[in-house]
Amino acid sequence: MTERREMPIKKGQGWKTLPHGGIIPEGGTAEHFMTGDWRTNRPIHHRDRCIDCMQCWAYCPDMAIIVEDGKVVGIDLEHCKGCGLCVAVCPPKVVALTLTTEAEAKKND
Amino acid sequence: MSEVKEMAAKQERQALTGNEAMALAMRQIEPDVVAAYPITPQTEIVQIFSTYVADGLVNTEYVPVESEHSAMSAVVGSAAAGARSMTATSANGLALMWEILYIASGTRLPIVMPVVNRALSGPINIHCDHSDTMGARDSGWIQIFSENAQEAYDNMFQAIRIAEHPDVLLPAMVTTDGFIISHGMEIVNTLDDKTIKDFLGTYKIPRNLLDVDNPITVGPLALQDFYFETKVAQADAMMKAKPVILEIAEEYEKLSGRKYSFFEEYRLDDADVAIVVLGSTAGTAKVVVDNLRKEGIKAGLLKLRVFRPFPYEELKEALKHVDVIGVLDRSDSFASLGGPVFSELRAAMYDMETRPLVTNYVYGLGGRDIDLHMIEQAYRELLEIKETGKVDQYVNYLGVRE
Repeated sequence: MTERREMPIKKGQGWKTLPHGGIIPEGGTAEHFMTGDWRTNRPIHHRDRCIDCMQCWAYCPDMAIIVEDGKVVGIDLEHCKGCGLCVAVCPPKVVALTLTTEAEAKKND
Repeated sequence: MSEVKEMAAKQERQALTGNEAMALAMRQIEPDVVAAYPITPQTEIVQIFSTYVADGLVNTEYVPVESEHSAMSAVVGSAAAGARSMTATSANGLALMWEILYIASGTRLPIVMPVVNRALSGPINIHCDHSDTMGARDSGWIQIFSENAQEAYDNMFQAIRIAEHPDVLLPAMVTTDGFIISHGMEIVNTLDDKTIKDFLGTYKIPRNLLDVDNPITVGPLALQDFYFETKVAQADAMMKAKPVILEIAEEYEKLSGRKYSFFEEYRLDDADVAIVVLGSTAGTAKVVVDNLRKEGIKAGLLKLRVFRPFPYEELKEALKHVDVIGVLDRSDSFASLGGPVFSELRAAMYDMETRPLVTNYVYGLGGRDIDLHMIEQAYRELLEIKETGKVDQYVNYLGVRE
């Protein structure tokens, strides 16, 4: 996980200083929150089979595919919601991503 | 020639209906986006405006949507994107916008919308009463009522400036009475396009969606931890609109020679009995006041222009010397204590040292005509109450058959 920026709105901030109309004056603030903690399915990445085609990275709606130096190195489980899109787009001859249940996966955590 | 006459000479005198006057005002405002759906008696406003678009007289993106819910949703999006955005509606159309009215004000988007007042169904009715706008009185919109086409025209420009003021940033409705004003032709003094453009300036909100260098999130979830603060900030903005309304009115008076405030006082200074009313009925009531004055009766009138923010301090000050007040409401609250204007005004007076006696007349529902005799009858009843010192009935229905 990369180092987190400071959140533009502070916990406990009063109405006099908050931005108008509930606006959050910054993009990408999901990184401040564990938005993946209600996942029921979990994708498993198999590095040994991966060809780094980046289909999963392009399709992931939560930007949860972690890429370093042009290679897929894992999944950001704090933000992955287990939708399985990455598994669906992973080429059938490759199968570098498989889906399991969160309950099953937790046994090996 | 006096300054006021000079200003009047510079203006063009036109015979316009209320709808034509509001459509003309929209042409002069030239919003970036108009999204609209037709509904009687408002239809003409956006229909006339659409011809301006078709004729290339305005540079406006016109979105013909499939419902009022969509119209308000579209202008919420465009206003948040940084475009000056308008729509218009009436009655059931306003009711269909309901959900988005609150989103517009909660998101602090300065959308300006003419509302041509019409009774809400059922039974289905297309004529004037204020039940549509009054139902939206807690939606966080500024509400400005107009007595005639001239006021409707003038209120439109002022509403834009008030709504977009950095201390305010709230949406605003400008109303006219359906058919009575919307379809009645009157003389309207209009200002030239350049004067209006200079008065309005350009649309600017603190943050907008198309500013790619400063990305923002609009409409996020705000639960137990932030929703309450957002609402209090909204209430604060509504209170801050009060000095802005007066400031803008003063600026507009310098251009037009026409004076505006929260309300208009007519022969109220020394009045013993007074009527408080919104919209076109004020014109009829003024004639009654003049007639009664000829008889030596000290009758007065207060015509409320700004209902939101509700100017309760100023109303108390203006009415404190009056013995008996009759509040005319063109909508009912069905077994609440009177119509909305009555209950709010009466509540505002509660902590006054010497309180005027107040009674309520609900009138004109579904466009039922209100004439000089009915208003005179109300004044005579106020005089009776002054005599007896007692209000027997708080809610009276004026002009209904039993």
